[in-house]
Amino acid sequence: MVDFLVSSGWDKNLAVIVASALGAVAVSSLGLVWILVSIWLERKFAGRVQDRLGPNRTGPYGLFQTFADVGKLLTKEDITPAGADKHIYNLAPIMAVASVILIFGVIPFSHNWIGADLNVGALYFVAVGSFATLAVLLAGWASNNKYALLGAFRAIAALISYEVPMILSLAVPVMLAGSMSMQDIVKGQSIAYVFAVPVSALIFFISQLAEVGRSPFDLIEAESEIVAGFNIEYSGMKFAMFYAAEFIHAFVICTLTAVLFFGGWRLFGFGTPGQELMGWITVWAKSFALYIVVMLLRNTLPRIRIDQMMGFNWKFLVPLSLVNFLMVMFLARPFTPDYAAADAAVAAGGLAAVIGGIFGNGFIAELPRTVVLLIANIVLFWGAVSLLRRYGAAQRQLIEARYGTPKAVAPAPATGD
Amino acid sequence: MQTNEWVFVAISIAVAFVLPAAPIVIARFLQPRKPNKLKLETYECGVETVGDAWVQFKVSYYLYALIFLIFDIEMLFLFPWAVAYNQLGLFALIMMTGFVVILGVGLVYAWRKGALDWQ
Amino acid sequence: MQVDVVQWLFFGMLSVLVIGGALAVVTTRNIFHAALWLIVSLFGVGGLYVLLAAPFLAAIQVLVYIGAIVILIIFAIMLTRRLMGLREVPNNQWPFGLAAAAITFLVLSFGIILSSSGSTPLFASFREPVLAAVTSDSLRDLGVALVDPNQYALPFILASVLLEAAMVGAIVLAREEN
Repeated sequence: MVDFLVSSGWDKNLAVIVASALGAVAVSSLGLVWILVSIWLERKFAGRVQDRLGPNRTGPYGLFQTFADVGKLLTKEDITPAGADKHIYNLAPIMAVASVILIFGVIPFSHNWIGADLNVGALYFVAVGSFATLAVLLAGWASNNKYALLGAFRAIAALISYEVPMILSLAVPVMLAGSMSMQDIVKGQSIAYVFAVPVSALIFFISQLAEVGRSPFDLIEAESEIVAGFNIEYSGMKFAMFYAAEFIHAFVICTLTAVLFFGGWRLFGFGTPGQELMGWITVWAKSFALYIVVMLLRNTLPRIRIDQMMGFNWKFLVPLSLVNFLMVMFLARPFTPDYAAADAAVAAGGLAAVIGGIFGNGFIAELPRTVVLLIANIVLFWGAVSLLRRYGAAQRQLIEARYGTPKAVAPAPATGD
Repeated sequence: MQTNEWVFVAISIAVAFVLPAAPIVIARFLQPRKPNKLKLETYECGVETVGDAWVQFKVSYYLYALIFLIFDIEMLFLFPWAVAYNQLGLFALIMMTGFVVILGVGLVYAWRKGALDWQ
Repeated sequence: MQVDVVQWLFFGMLSVLVIGGALAVVTTRNIFHAALWLIVSLFGVGGLYVLLAAPFLAAIQVLVYIGAIVILIIFAIMLTRRLMGLREVPNNQWPFGLAAAAITFLVLSFGIILSSSGSTPLFASFREPVLAAVTSDSLRDLGVALVDPNQYALPFILASVLLEAAMVGAIVLAREEN
């Protein structure tokens, strides 16, 4: 991003390398800076949802909680279990964090601000995310602990399963934009894709949630069950790295969803060249709004069992995303946005010019496709939900046949206090 | 030209591995070091480890990984097609439908045979 | 000319990763470590794809090979061996393996040298900055070519049949074991 500024006077290749290095450090630190905020935010939010205050001792409103946590974790003794594979044991937490902060490199923060506008950006972040999966496997194996290994296997099975609907639903914005470059996908969204293919957005969001291992898909590191799964044997700063990786990952998926489906740095005609700060703020605002949704889900939904999780993925999400893909494929092609025709319509004046003036010419070009896809998506969603309902009713009947209908629990009588 | 972008990627990979390593190294200087035998033992719910560290590995793990691999390779074909999508004609759409349907048949087979169930 | 230096530098580093990783795979005693060195080697190959102006293949390499195939290999290892006793894998046939590898290497090198003595001199392609060739159009061309009836449409459909056959076959095999 700083490319353009530095290549003035210096030897060109050196300038590229230095600028890239600075940019890389800046972008990679984004994730770590976010940690400082998010740990506090998460705990305050969880506290409020549970009708309590959350951290309020360490500094005003508990704002220094993160620093206190970091301080504690820094000074904890680092116990490497006997028989553990030392190098892999040390590598796993580093790889977990590295893989998530690398994702920030391809996120477009504005028209000009992007770490690396790779023309395969969409696949890059998936590929990098697969390193996070590997880190789990390494951690589980290196701990020389059969519970860690068992936890790691379950985690990996779940993680790789949820990559399938994620990639399938990722293919939809790539199709609509005609490019895998993240910047191009944002530029193709005069109307945010969430309005055209909400089902894809939903599938992407859900499968990314499962990838992170956030509630309701918590079982990957179910803290109260298999005793933290693959990171049983980790303590101190290394554990902090896994912890940090989860938080950063949770935020990055919000940013990704914001960029891929919610329009990224675009806001109905704003975010044009010269308004870089506006674009930057827009991306963060959208990600943050989605992150609040993530936190809400975490604090309200119960944990799903592993067999329910796998069944949900392979028997519902994957077929749904396949059907969605086919449907979008057939319906979007005839309505490919014609930007030239939109420009002509706006130039001709009338209603088109008015709309074009407010929302930009691209809006008009993409409108027919958006409307058609939206209707089809709503039909698909309704169909899928009714299938789910029927399945749920069948399951409930099965259980009731075995155990009888549950009696309604009478509330305790008032004690007059 | 993509060279600049990939140089950025290369450097950020290096940075991304160094950045988390730093706190761990710092912690090494700040932490107490009092290893004793009990702390170094592997964890087993607070009791001593019983028997060999042998984990039963279910076949279903392998099957999930395999089905994932098949679908992963399907993506490999899907993405260039998706990039070219806006220039493609009806024949191409039908080809892709055939591709997806053939793989969908495989998925249905797996479903029927119970390969997708968690044992 | 300076693009050359950077390219040579990265090529050198990536080659070390690929060859070193491959050597480590076959020489290490611990089979799990072998799988991990394989990751290093495949990652190097992915980097080489980037140098060859094929970023899509690089991403696919990491995603499919490292993200799926290596995991499958590790699962297969776990499935067929007692888990924690993975330390020693004695191999007494390594002289034959070494001989076979050396012969293959000689044959391939002769093939490359002989085929390039004609129109294109041996290391000509190293002199040109290859990355200038990549554009987003090349990816689009690939997509069009995949479904073009005159180009790769038939292999495209055959690939899907092959994949499905693999899936069905593996499930049949796994079921029979149970």
